[in-house]
Amino acid sequence: MNLQVQIDEGNNGSVVHLSGEIDVYTAPKLKDALLPLTKQKGTLLEVDLTHVNYMDSTGLGVFINALKSSNEHECKFKLINLQDRVYRLFQITGLHEIMDLNSTIRGVDE
Amino acid sequence: MESFDFIEMKFPAKPEYVGVIRLSISGVANRIGFTYEDIEDLKISVSEAVTNVVNHAYEENENGEVTIGFGIYENRLEVMVADHGGSFDLKEVKAKIGPYDSEESIENLREGGFGLFLINTLMDKVEINNSSGVIVLMTKYLENQEVGFNDDHVSTK
Repeated sequence: MNLQVQIDEGNNGSVVHLSGEIDVYTAPKLKDALLPLTKQKGTLLEVDLTHVNYMDSTGLGVFINALKSSNEHECKFKLINLQDRVYRLFQITGLHEIMDLNSTIRGVDE
Repeated sequence: MESFDFIEMKFPAKPEYVGVIRLSISGVANRIGFTYEDIEDLKISVSEAVTNVVNHAYEENENGEVTIGFGIYENRLEVMVADHGGSFDLKEVKAKIGPYDSEESIENLREGGFGLFLINTLMDKVEINNSSGVIVLMTKYLENQEVGFNDDHVSTK
């Protein structure tokens, strides 16, 4: 019931690897990690959700916030490797239409 | 009268206990025989309801509690989430629920308005009692209990 955040910074941007659960308890930690990275103009910020096995609306909130900030600062924000349960949450809320979610989602029929 | 088992649990209304509440609902739902998918739906729904209590009702009272009730019936599970403190404005909550409309500009996108919408989507029945504090009552039916085997039933899940 925790969330591990590991940031790999490269030349053109960063990949944030998350592992664990995103809920009201872990969301503030995630927000603090992501927001500074969304303010780096001209970079690509990817969030790897391979090992996120639980997420609820608090997680959606953090990612919406990160997307807004990225757009303001001309940074490209992308979520990758979503588990199908997590992807479903974006689908139900219609957010898959506006968020850049990578197309190689495991176990999801598009 | 329909017989059922009832379990009541009380937790501090703090973010760090939401995961523990999820484990509880997961155990109870597994005991009844819900599918993996349904258990995941229940975990999200209960977390959303508890998160509402943690965020709204106890903004000014750190010692608040959240009460969870599980009504275990032969064909369904009823989950009650009650705060015993201040209540949030139902009209305001209702105004904030709904799917994201892609016509809306991204600046207007709600960051916290998806909770009740998700509960409504993932559970079979949701009722809210706002008379003394806020009580959210959520019902999920066991699959194949309501609809006969030969009925032309198409699952939306």
